[in-house]
Amino acid sequence: MLQTKLRSLAPKNDVVSFLILAAILLVALPILFDIFRLNLIGKYLTFAFVALGLVLSWGLGGILSLGQGIFFGLGGYAMAMFLKLEASSPENTAIQSTPGIPDFMDWNQLTELPWFWEPFHSFGFTLFAIIALPTVFAYIIGAAMFKRRVGGVYFAIITQAIAAILTILIIGQQGFTGGVNGITDLRTLLGWDIRTDSAKYILYFINVILLLATLVVAQYIRKSKLGRLLVAMRDSEDRVRFSGYDVSNFKIFIFCIAGIFSSIGGAMFTLQVGFMSPSLIGIVPSIEMVIFAAVGGNLSIFGAIYGALIVNWAKTILSESYPELWLFAMGAMFIAVVLAFPKGLAGIYESYVQPWVDKKLKAIQDKKAKK
Amino acid sequence: MKKTISPSRPGTTRRTLLKGLAAIPAAMLLATSAYASDVNSTGLAVTDDTVTVGILHSATGTMAISETGSIQAEKLAIEQINASGGVLGRQIKYIQEDGASDWPTFAEKAKKLLVKDKVAAIMGCWTSASRKAVLPVMEQYNGMLFYPTFYEGLEQSPNVIYTGQEATQQILKGIDWAKKTKGAKKFFLLGSDYIWPRTSNKIARKHIEKLGLKVVGEEYYPLGHTQFNSVINKIKLKRPDVIFTTVVGGSNVAFYKQLNAAGIDLTKEKPLVLTLSVTEDEILGIGGENVEGLYASMKYFQSLPNDNNQAFVKAFKKRWGDDIVIGDVTQAAYLGPWLWKAAVEKAGSFDIDKIRKTLPGIELTTAPEGYVKVHPNHHLWSKSRIGHAKKDGQFDVVYESKELIEPNPFPKGYQ
Repeated sequence: MLQTKLRSLAPKNDVVSFLILAAILLVALPILFDIFRLNLIGKYLTFAFVALGLVLSWGLGGILSLGQGIFFGLGGYAMAMFLKLEASSPENTAIQSTPGIPDFMDWNQLTELPWFWEPFHSFGFTLFAIIALPTVFAYIIGAAMFKRRVGGVYFAIITQAIAAILTILIIGQQGFTGGVNGITDLRTLLGWDIRTDSAKYILYFINVILLLATLVVAQYIRKSKLGRLLVAMRDSEDRVRFSGYDVSNFKIFIFCIAGIFSSIGGAMFTLQVGFMSPSLIGIVPSIEMVIFAAVGGNLSIFGAIYGALIVNWAKTILSESYPELWLFAMGAMFIAVVLAFPKGLAGIYESYVQPWVDKKLKAIQDKKAKK
Repeated sequence: MKKTISPSRPGTTRRTLLKGLAAIPAAMLLATSAYASDVNSTGLAVTDDTVTVGILHSATGTMAISETGSIQAEKLAIEQINASGGVLGRQIKYIQEDGASDWPTFAEKAKKLLVKDKVAAIMGCWTSASRKAVLPVMEQYNGMLFYPTFYEGLEQSPNVIYTGQEATQQILKGIDWAKKTKGAKKFFLLGSDYIWPRTSNKIARKHIEKLGLKVVGEEYYPLGHTQFNSVINKIKLKRPDVIFTTVVGGSNVAFYKQLNAAGIDLTKEKPLVLTLSVTEDEILGIGGENVEGLYASMKYFQSLPNDNNQAFVKAFKKRWGDDIVIGDVTQAAYLGPWLWKAAVEKAGSFDIDKIRKTLPGIELTTAPEGYVKVHPNHHLWSKSRIGHAKKDGQFDVVYESKELIEPNPFPKGYQ
């Protein structure tokens, strides 16, 4: 009984894919690349969290959110606020008019820490906030929209508008948020210097392990009854509703999950890159995150991770080689992928690589059987 | 468009070879004193005949229009230095990276330039946000950044040379001038809503009040804002003598057009408009007819009559085209490679720690703006100038401070 359940949760193909991915991320990449490149890969992988959430909400549930940057930002800013407070000890900020508060507050004539910054002195609270903030936020957005049966394009537009609003709010309130500069110059996590090479290695592995854990959660959701209901909703929402299910609750739930994934990605981004700014929250980065999922294949949880990796990698390499032309090359690549391979990289794998692998496997099995 | 990639980084073979040479008698070492290891003890990208620097600006995105001038100026300076024999006998190669108007990208590229390419210096950044993102990277990996933009001050990093003016250099003399020659008494402060305008206006307000004059209004609008009618009405009610503005970027187009439409003729100087943020570059976008009569307070104008500048403008146009204009930041960007060359040659080494010691006190008598000198606080001594905008988009210089103004990024009494 347990075995069959396990098998249905983790079919052989998926287990193989998972092991390959884990081997690439945990063994191959750290061996192949030096810490500078590995740190960049770690940064790309933080976007994979978002793409993974999008596979669940968009690919599975048909809820296209163009505002995942919101949740990425919530997690990222929560972590950044904690790190900034730690970096702004009275000794480090002795040069300011008010020592002990973050530098940008001092420049903006603030003389004491705003109340909503206070709890971020606590690391425990920060971790709690990284999960709780996006959940609450996604619940509010989701409940407001799905209960009223707002969906599809309208939902996409509204999420985009919220991303824009949040950016404007952060930039406008620079005394409280660091404004357009963002929160910069983050140094230590509980006294541990996160800027050293060894710290970057450790953070990379924490990041990968978290990502693999999220992947397991995503797989569980995908294979569960809930996952099948989501697909049913995507394909024919009314039928599911008439069968007696409360469609909106399922939508809200999966939207919250996607939000939490993004938020974890955002927090890991802050830790690895060393700062957070509104340029990671707005409309453009939010759409970019959808592109990662689209290139990887919006139905495949593995595709999402490869998509985020490959698109960002191409971005770095192209911009290093052609600083004035690379954006055109990126645009051309997206158009080509979407036109030629609507299912993304996962689609290419399924229609070309998978049959070939299966054939080979079968040939080997047949040979064994003959003997 | 990576024009030149150093084909031979400081090869480990050569360095190990030279380490081996150390065992050979001293006379032998003297003969090799010009070799790379002697002028470069920290593994920078220096060979026997080349040295590599980085150029890090936005070639794409919203900031590209502003930063292109800086890229051009830095390339021109590097080409001129190479033509005149290079630095310590080495030709400068550059690796250009695109910050893409995106602050995390700036940090990533800065790190790549320092860690992978081992560049000996970086010319780059434009907005404060990009500099703030790059700063921790520069300090962690001990690089040297030459930053060209006039900015808000409140910063002094051992790993940055600020070749533009900090806020007090740009503001104080401008306000003195408005008081003395124009008899201004009431000021209206207007700016875009971010750190530079807010800090500038804070300094301006303190100085205006010190002079016994009055600030009758202070307003901020988000970046990219295009509706200035309500503030223009407010200005009309308050009747200031001077509108002191730090509105940046595209908002300027809307602001000056709406000012004209509201019947405020800049040439009549009622009120007079004094800006810190409109250079020749911005006028290209705003249109000369919309800003005729505007006053700008900064250290450089393309029309400066001195010989250095004549030669600079000529060379710049020859290299990048006749219809090009040169603004304050472009000139400051041009100073970067020259200051770096002078510091390296004084130190006799490319080592960052050594040029950090020689940089203070470095002077350039060939600067297009005249004469500049590096202050121990890593900013430049420079003059304050007021330009009066003409219809053709150029400025007439109507005032120039007699003495060089000392840079003071942490001005006591103005914070």
